[in-house]
Amino acid sequence: MEDISFRHPARARASGTKRSAIVGVVASGNLEVLVERVLPDAECAVDIKTAAIGFGEVWSAVIGDFVERYSPGGLRFSINDGGARPDTVSLRLAQAVRLI
Amino acid sequence: MTLDDIIASLFPDGHEVSNDRGVILGSAPLRSGGRMLLLGVADRTALGVDEAIRLSGHVLESIGRDSGPILVLVDSDSQRMSKRDELLGLNEFLAHLAKVLIHADMNGRPTIGLLYGHSAAGALLATGLATRVLVGLRGADPAVMDLPSMAKVTKLSMEALQEKAKSTPVFAPGLSNLAQMGAVHMTWSNATSLADQLAALLADMPAAQDRRDALGKERGGRLKAAEIAERVRDLALQAR
Amino acid sequence: MTAPLKDITPAERARSTSFYEASARTRLELLLDAGSFVELIGPEQREVSPHLKIFDLPEQFDDGIVVGHGRLSGSPVFVAAQEGRFMGGAFGEVHGAKLTGLLRAACQIGSIPVLILFDTGGVRLQEANAGELAIAEIMRAVMEARTAGVKVIGLIGGRSGCYGGGGLIAGCCSALAVSEQGRIAVSGPEVIETNRGVEEFDSRDRALVWRTMGGKHRRLLGVADVFADDNVQDFREAALELLGLAGPFGLDRLKAEQERLAGRLSRFGACADAVDVWTAEGVADAQAVPELPADQFVALANQIGRTSRDAR
Repeated sequence: MEDISFRHPARARASGTKRSAIVGVVASGNLEVLVERVLPDAECAVDIKTAAIGFGEVWSAVIGDFVERYSPGGLRFSINDGGARPDTVSLRLAQAVRLI
Repeated sequence: MTLDDIIASLFPDGHEVSNDRGVILGSAPLRSGGRMLLLGVADRTALGVDEAIRLSGHVLESIGRDSGPILVLVDSDSQRMSKRDELLGLNEFLAHLAKVLIHADMNGRPTIGLLYGHSAAGALLATGLATRVLVGLRGADPAVMDLPSMAKVTKLSMEALQEKAKSTPVFAPGLSNLAQMGAVHMTWSNATSLADQLAALLADMPAAQDRRDALGKERGGRLKAAEIAERVRDLALQAR
Repeated sequence: MTAPLKDITPAERARSTSFYEASARTRLELLLDAGSFVELIGPEQREVSPHLKIFDLPEQFDDGIVVGHGRLSGSPVFVAAQEGRFMGGAFGEVHGAKLTGLLRAACQIGSIPVLILFDTGGVRLQEANAGELAIAEIMRAVMEARTAGVKVIGLIGGRSGCYGGGGLIAGCCSALAVSEQGRIAVSGPEVIETNRGVEEFDSRDRALVWRTMGGKHRRLLGVADVFADDNVQDFREAALELLGLAGPFGLDRLKAEQERLAGRLSRFGACADAVDVWTAEGVADAQAVPELPADQFVALANQIGRTSRDAR
């Protein structure tokens, strides 16, 4: 298992009022994303535990794109990954932002 | 110790016990007076629908007719693995046996399991794990899951599994692991009279409340179960 | 012209959602009255399994089971739903303890029923001893709750079925609802084949698996009491029906069950296949049962008349 963390500034506070939300399931090719509104409005964080070792660069790119597109200010994303493809990761992150 | 040795040591004043194709049925007098109902699975027999229905029937006939504690002797294989048993709804037969034992235990007929040989998986759930106190006889070798099957499913080698088993009692077979988890309450020695050890237990039976999770925590085998169950229970009670 | 999404009623949404395909969370959200579900020890608590790390396996924040309370047609219920896609919905130490705690609370309260949405392969191998013990404790807790007057209803229709120790817990419930996709058994098809050979059970013969362990056979045999179509609304209605019909537990139930099971053995104990069982039960065209659509099957099952509600 590998632990990877990212911290990004965010342009805007993520909309919504819920304090937390969860999407996905930890299974082969899938992941769960727990999102919590616990950070200052201009920050976001992504903490990943993944079964697939050595994909730090890919995660960095996916997370970077996601933060750029959605500006999820104030949100902390905690991920348990079962070896999902990048597009599945992007999908779950987007679902999480929508749900919260 | 053979089953005959065990029964003779438990009940030196005699007994009425039959072993019919691995199904143990009977009763025996207790030193303290009264009788103990006996049932169980012997000779590492698989527990299937045909065995389970006889065992549950033996207990049900006794309820209302007799008083006194109940002893479940266990040296079984796992549940019987067959098309026929599953076709006929094995899950109900095994659950029924467990329910009958649990009901007896909750209604004045304390149950004691004596694991003296092997047992595994569904058979263990329906017999030893459905009693109030599960005793292990030194030398017994229970397993929830055997290591070769685990190796096949996890795709780890036996050596790797055995190595991991050194640092945790949570998955590997064995009496001491199950004792540490809180499943087996105590271990009896076959060097001294089983009748003495049985009498001592009967004189000091714990209450009918299921405290195995607390026992597992005390012994360091299960550190989370008791706490999580209690937290959920407390939160759920507040929902009222 | 189809209605815009926001105009679909909860019932319509639940009717159009496959129970089999839905996650544990979605099943609960659509089964219970809208917005009534409150989760206990939810994922933000991060109570993960302490035993998966040693196997280098990923954890899930809720350890694969969602427990809490909500309302069903306005009445309070306790609920537990297993996530069959996480480690096959298998019972581990934390997973099992969440259900045990829920049942113990139900026992203490006495008047709030428990719905268990089974979706499990049984004991989680990596925590085999803890999982097995959890199942034993759950069985005891179910029986103590039922003795206190609590109705414990099982719903079975997920990807992992209801296998192993899960099948034994199901056998302790007041009543069960099952869909075509649901399976109830102790040993899984592959395990039987590995241990006894392909002649005993060909695990790749899907039709055989479903005839032997699947929802339709279980309904006709009386292992389950109600057959539901594969959608959440059907399961909701099945749960309501069973809550209305399930009676109090006592010794008479156990005696009736002994007769029911002994009777089953004597009537069907020599049957080679489920088709022979169904024929013996009076089904005119047993071969056609697997293909029957849900509504026709329900009519057939009700006509055969075998339920076990008063004898389990």
